[in-house]
Amino acid sequence: MDLSVHLPNLLGAAATSLLICSLSLLMAASLSFGAGVALFAGPAWLRAIAFAYVEIFRGTSLLVQLFWLYFALPLLGISLPPFLTGVLALGLNTGAYGAEVVRGALRSVSQQQHEAARALNFTRNQTLWRIVLPQSLVEMLPSFSSLAVQNLKDTSLVSMITIADLTFKAQEIRNLTQDTVAVYGTALLIYFAMAMSIVALMRILETRVARSTGRLS
Amino acid sequence: MILGHELVMSSSAAFAWSILPILLIGLRTTLLAMFAGFVIAVVVGMVFALMRRSQWKIVTWPVGFVVEFLRNTPLLMQLFFLYFVLPEFGVTLPAFWTGTTVLGLQYAAYMSEVYRAGLDALPKGQWEAATALNLSKTRTYRTVVLPQMIPRVLPALGNYLISMMKDTPVLSTITVVEMLNLANRIGDRTFEYLVPLSLVGAIFFVLTCVCSALLRGLERFVPQKGIALR
Repeated sequence: MDLSVHLPNLLGAAATSLLICSLSLLMAASLSFGAGVALFAGPAWLRAIAFAYVEIFRGTSLLVQLFWLYFALPLLGISLPPFLTGVLALGLNTGAYGAEVVRGALRSVSQQQHEAARALNFTRNQTLWRIVLPQSLVEMLPSFSSLAVQNLKDTSLVSMITIADLTFKAQEIRNLTQDTVAVYGTALLIYFAMAMSIVALMRILETRVARSTGRLS
Repeated sequence: MILGHELVMSSSAAFAWSILPILLIGLRTTLLAMFAGFVIAVVVGMVFALMRRSQWKIVTWPVGFVVEFLRNTPLLMQLFFLYFVLPEFGVTLPAFWTGTTVLGLQYAAYMSEVYRAGLDALPKGQWEAATALNLSKTRTYRTVVLPQMIPRVLPALGNYLISMMKDTPVLSTITVVEMLNLANRIGDRTFEYLVPLSLVGAIFFVLTCVCSALLRGLERFVPQKGIALR
């Protein structure tokens, strides 16, 4: 493989992968907090919806969900562009896993914190948003970090629905040059570097949050 | 006709009923890939974990890199890599075994971390007692360490088994004929994707529920203090 010719192509495609990853992570983060808080403290009907969402998306395979949104949804009259389909599938899937993380972290905050808040005459909402959630944030971040890496790895599946991400481009260049080891090896290394950057970024975030909640000085 | 089964298109229900036997053929491949991959992952993961505990840096460093690399790169990319690279070195495996190997290796990397945590969680006194009793290294692992480690790692391994099942559809990309592959084939033939894909999703959902129920039962069945291996 002539690196000088193909590397820029691969890096450009990696940018697409990163874009899909960040957009779906944004969506996943809001879904995680929405569904996670709903599961923890929502009214019964909302809890039921959140429960169904989490179980359905955790219970089936991501590739099946992706294909379902891409092939089956148009038959119900809803046609989305591939890019949006990819972001939607990834966001919904990661969001379901994230919701479990949020719920678990919220539950891990000790009962005494709830009692203390009650004693200080905090309302239920104030207790949730000002006492419980900030403390549970520290617990969530390590799991969010691995979910973010998982999300990045899962973006490679969107190449199956014709999005020109890193995997798609690597396939294209391999077919052109027939140099499997170099092309796929480079693509794997780019993925590895991106994953490592996510891990590093999340670690910085972890220390900052730990410091701001008084866990670290 | 797909795999000897006639497709009935008179109504959605009849269609679903007629493609169910086809999908069940794919289900067999899905389950086989899951179990074969799990066996590879459990064994290779242990090898990774033990090698990472070696006293020589020349062993721990490369193994550490391999584990990190396997954990942090996409399954699909690893799959393509091995699927196209192996034949270049004269190794021709059926797609099923290439897929299962890759699946197994990625999860071996995950599991090695589980084993590592399990090994680290063992009280130091156990190792010291084994040394005091003059047990050989193999005997220590076989009779002292592993029996106590198994109940600790079992829940995590079970979760990975379920994850592996949900990753098997990715094998369809290298022509392994499992459920999703067959559903797509039915869709390509009939232009009717809604029923086959929904059915595959439903089958996965049922499988996940059944597997997690079975695993919870197994966890209760396994004694928490450890299993005597003889």
